Amino acid sequence: MMKVDIQDLEKKFQDRIDQDIKIEPNDWMPDAYRKTLIRQISQHAHSEVVGMLPEGNWITRAPNLRRKAVLLAKVQDEAGHGLYLYSAAETLGADREQTIDDLHSGKAKYSSIFNYPTLSWADMGAIGWLVDGAAIMNQVPLCRCSYGPYARAMIRVCKEESFHQRQGFEIMTKLASGTTEQKEMAQDALNRFWWPALMMFGPSDADSSHTEQSMRWKIKRHTNDELRQMFVDVTVPQAESIGLTVPDQDIKWNESKQGYDYGPIDWDEFWQVVGGNGPCNKERVETRKKAKENGKWVVEAAMAFTEKRNSKKSA
Amino acid sequence: MTEKQALYKYLLRMGDDSLILGQRLSELCGHGPILEEDIALTNISLDLIGQATLLLEYAGESAPEKKTNDELAYLRIEKEYVNALLVEQPNGHFGDTIMRQFLFDAYRKPLLEQLLDSTDKRLAGIAEKALKETKYHLRHSSEWIIRLGDGTQESHQRIQNSLEALLRYAYELFFENEVDELLIAQGIIPAANSIFPIWEKTLHDVFEEATLLLPKNKWKFQGGREGRHSEHMGYLLAEMQYMQRTYPNMEW
Repeated sequence: MMKVDIQDLEKKFQDRIDQDIKIEPNDWMPDAYRKTLIRQISQHAHSEVVGMLPEGNWITRAPNLRRKAVLLAKVQDEAGHGLYLYSAAETLGADREQTIDDLHSGKAKYSSIFNYPTLSWADMGAIGWLVDGAAIMNQVPLCRCSYGPYARAMIRVCKEESFHQRQGFEIMTKLASGTTEQKEMAQDALNRFWWPALMMFGPSDADSSHTEQSMRWKIKRHTNDELRQMFVDVTVPQAESIGLTVPDQDIKWNESKQGYDYGPIDWDEFWQVVGGNGPCNKERVETRKKAKENGKWVVEAAMAFTEKRNSKKSA
Repeated sequence: MTEKQALYKYLLRMGDDSLILGQRLSELCGHGPILEEDIALTNISLDLIGQATLLLEYAGESAPEKKTNDELAYLRIEKEYVNALLVEQPNGHFGDTIMRQFLFDAYRKPLLEQLLDSTDKRLAGIAEKALKETKYHLRHSSEWIIRLGDGTQESHQRIQNSLEALLRYAYELFFENEVDELLIAQGIIPAANSIFPIWEKTLHDVFEEATLLLPKNKWKFQGGREGRHSEHMGYLLAEMQYMQRTYPNMEW
């Protein structure tokens, strides 16, 4: 009897998804759907928060007042995105602090790109242009994701990300039209961030464990390889337009597929970095852990204070 | 000294206070005790950098030889910066950061309020914009002083220690010399003694609610307003000026 009921619920659930009706927090949903979303949304939230660090690394050294202000605003936006996303995960029953502790223990992942170091000012351009650019490719389809709170959070996030992307490209344009040293700085940043940016779309479709089910649930609308191709097709001409060269000898326009062919991705590197062996994995997680540990007495004080005030009120 | 020369020097003080405090707070981006506070501190940093941009722009136009705000922010030598010693003090722990901020906000808000009546309309305009931001900054820092002071035993002790360590730097905010005399006479800026009692009252009220005690020792450290800084300043400038010094004369 019970089994039939669940099958019935699952069928109704899938019907709603097929009709593009959003799933809301109080609606029935399969456990696996809930788990997949919690994993994906909290991973996304962690990426925003850990993603503050590589750019935060250059705020104090930004070359002028305008750049400093814009970079501050950008990193602040990312913290804001982290907050919406943790809230979206909470609508599914996830606990924010537990989720954060999972990041600190290494149980939860975040986007691997943030495990690469930022070595020059041009990296602020490369990150905005490539990393936010790739994030937009991933996130625009998420605005139509079947889960309402996530889809709505993504609409706001995408607006800000596209501003970041333009800002990053503007930094690169300025450098690429500058002195020899500036051009070299820009090319070097592109060389270092190009491949990690392509890896941001995740493993090849053949090796992606979550894609098929996520597409049926309309959590995902395109495969990893489709999104990667879109990114390459948009980005290669942008690089050319400012006189920079994508570090891939195999890049070639393919008339029949109306897209660029590109060289093989080093998946060994990808899995090593995901597995914790990237250049900055330890530093990133340690920094976040330290922020929480150093803030513990502050949080305790705030809670004790609120309690005191509440008991005064009720007395 | 002409009025314009005095104005230049005064705008540098205000601009440098904003710039250096904004720089200090920007070091914390990504390291706040909780995400909400990370956003708040970054936001305050951003406001201060914005204020520095306007103040140093005006200063640059009033300079003996015209300069851009970026030239002033990035290409002076240490003794040409005239921020108060308070704002260059390191972030320390969250209580130190908040105490530094509170002592500054409690001074900056009445200063900006009185600058609204400045006979210099451009300065009054900058003050109007900055005041909106500074009101929020003061509310934010006061609330935290009270929470930490009247929170746990640990937080009380920590924030009391922050007060003991930082108050001695705060009196310099009321520094005056011939620059001020000239500008006060022209109705361009208020006198320090019209701001000081308001600052003292804010401290008194907030510390009372926070159950904090004002240190009896009123000894003060000063020198920043005359370009004599603490050991911390050189490192701050080395970091802030890194790009401009390493790659001179380039556009970014």
